[in-house]
Amino acid sequence: MKCLRNRITAELVLSAVCFVLGIFLPGVWKTIFLAAAWLVSGYHVAIEAVGGIFRGQLLDENFLMTVASIGAFVLGDFAEGAAVMLFFRIGEQFEEYAVNRSRKSISALMDIRPDKAVLLIGGEEQECDPEDVSVGDILLIKPGERVPVDGVILEGAGALDTSHITGEAQPRDVREGDPVVSGCINLSGVLKVRAESTYEHSAVGRILELVESASDKKANTERMITKFAHIYTPLVVGSAVLLALLPPLLFGRPFGEWVKRALTFLVISCPCALVISVPLSFFGGMGAASKRGIVVKGGLVLEQLSRLEQVVLDKTGTLTDGTFAVSAVHPVGCTEEELLRIVALAEQYSAHPTAKAICACVDAAGSVMDVEEIPGYGVSAFVDSISVHVGNARLMEREGITLPAVNSATCLHVLLNGAYAGYIELRDQIRTDAEASLRSLREQSIQRIVMLTGDVPSAAAHVAEQLRIREWHSSLLPQDKVSHLESAVASGAVTAFVGDGVNDAPVLAMAHIGIAMGGVGSDAAVEASDVVILQDRLSALPEAVQIARRTMKIARQNIVFALGIKLLVLILGAMGYAGMWLAVFADVGVSVLAILNAMRCLSYRG
Amino acid sequence: MKKTYRVENLCCANCAAKIERAINKLDAVSQATLNFMTLRLTVESETENWDGMMQEIQKAFSKVEPKSKVIVK
Repeated sequence: MKCLRNRITAELVLSAVCFVLGIFLPGVWKTIFLAAAWLVSGYHVAIEAVGGIFRGQLLDENFLMTVASIGAFVLGDFAEGAAVMLFFRIGEQFEEYAVNRSRKSISALMDIRPDKAVLLIGGEEQECDPEDVSVGDILLIKPGERVPVDGVILEGAGALDTSHITGEAQPRDVREGDPVVSGCINLSGVLKVRAESTYEHSAVGRILELVESASDKKANTERMITKFAHIYTPLVVGSAVLLALLPPLLFGRPFGEWVKRALTFLVISCPCALVISVPLSFFGGMGAASKRGIVVKGGLVLEQLSRLEQVVLDKTGTLTDGTFAVSAVHPVGCTEEELLRIVALAEQYSAHPTAKAICACVDAAGSVMDVEEIPGYGVSAFVDSISVHVGNARLMEREGITLPAVNSATCLHVLLNGAYAGYIELRDQIRTDAEASLRSLREQSIQRIVMLTGDVPSAAAHVAEQLRIREWHSSLLPQDKVSHLESAVASGAVTAFVGDGVNDAPVLAMAHIGIAMGGVGSDAAVEASDVVILQDRLSALPEAVQIARRTMKIARQNIVFALGIKLLVLILGAMGYAGMWLAVFADVGVSVLAILNAMRCLSYRG
Repeated sequence: MKKTYRVENLCCANCAAKIERAINKLDAVSQATLNFMTLRLTVESETENWDGMMQEIQKAFSKVEPKSKVIVK
């Protein structure tokens, strides 16, 4: 391939030298050098053209360019003839270069495939394909190596470069017991990891599946342009034939002049610039998105995102980040401080998010003994020799306590020496970037923002008020969310649903654009969603819309620009005002400009 | 059934569009997408004779661009 590239470069340079010499030299040298320029750059095209005829591909671009350039020579316009061929080739090379560059930059972004896994079997290292790893296998990951499958660290500590998976630039410190995500690179330390899922079901497998299935969903704009290209060439070539024949035959005009006009038509008859610039734009847009950890499933999705009108968001895990904070303490028979102190002491060893929230809000001191976690219920312990039970309503039921009516979703009830001592109310925390993200969406004239939640009204109202969400529905069961979304979609406005992808696959699938946040949580989420936000941040949402709108704008610019120039030159050409030179510009120049413009899509900086 | 293939030596977007059109005209093919940027062909079909259909598809490629190839593993 490299050898071919060198040959082509050599041909084009030689041809260009001959062409320049030919233009400046007088008399017979002019003819010789220009003919040489044509031959060097065009012999290959001419051969392809003949081959094309035999394969029944009459109107391929090689054929059209060969006819146009030979025609120019026959009419005595040597410089034009050579120029058509030379610039056609240069344009073609440029196109190839641009396409390869975009492909490379995107595959570099998506270069997350681990190439090997090292299994530890009976103390022996054994290399194997990541796809052959089964759940429970023990893996060894050395510095510089990629994590082959999702797993948990058994031994060792290190830092992981997670940037390709989550878009997060900071390396993440990990140690024993921490989960590791496949596709991340181990920067330091040797890790002994137990595989928790197979390659296919690991983050990498899911992301690649997502990217690969993207090719199915072509944008409507792209389909429209290829359809147009299909009729464009025959139409232009047909007009060229009529232009060459009718005026001379019907009105006795000079053949030479009208054939020349027809030849300018042939030069502009290739739709390639148009056909390439649109998918190149979408591809660039998808690349820009994936740079920010946003995987978009295809051009069609990007197109819909650009027309987004309303956004429906799940509350828990989407607008809130899954952590909790104490919002109220309702003690019975003791003070708030006392209740918090006792609960914090009893809960201090628990990893549950609610326990962390309570420990974070009070500086507790005292003696704690016999701490016992009761999974699914809560914790029991002795604090300062008092028996303490902390847990949910089920724990109270188990202990034979009848609870007062509580209007709160997340609360912890407390028993001291077997007597009810009140409850602590907790609230999940709004994401720090939620407000700015929603504001940015509103600024992009997305008017309707709706919040859906299974949580109780008071918790929902709090979040809605903080984020200035006017429309929200609470206490919803999963099927209620489906029906709410159904009516939003039925309104006809382009609707996106944003959820964490854990339990909302049906809703994700139903929205025009299903957006799963926080990575490739489950197979169902990847299957059902159109956009996956790998990082755990809501700000990716307005960014995705911005990228989509910018991409559409560039694609539209290209269509209008390329078609406009071509049409203009066609009209001028038919009237005899535009010669071959202008036609060459309308073909190659427009290609180059459209491609350069399309490549801007890749370089989005918010 | 739906399968995805890699494609080689396809160097013109308009040719890709022509090939996609030709493949979709084949009787055995229910739906085919050829993505020029990702060089990926997705074929959906209910045919009994998948290999035969793939040969037809390769023919469609060769007709438009002789050097192009569908990689069948």
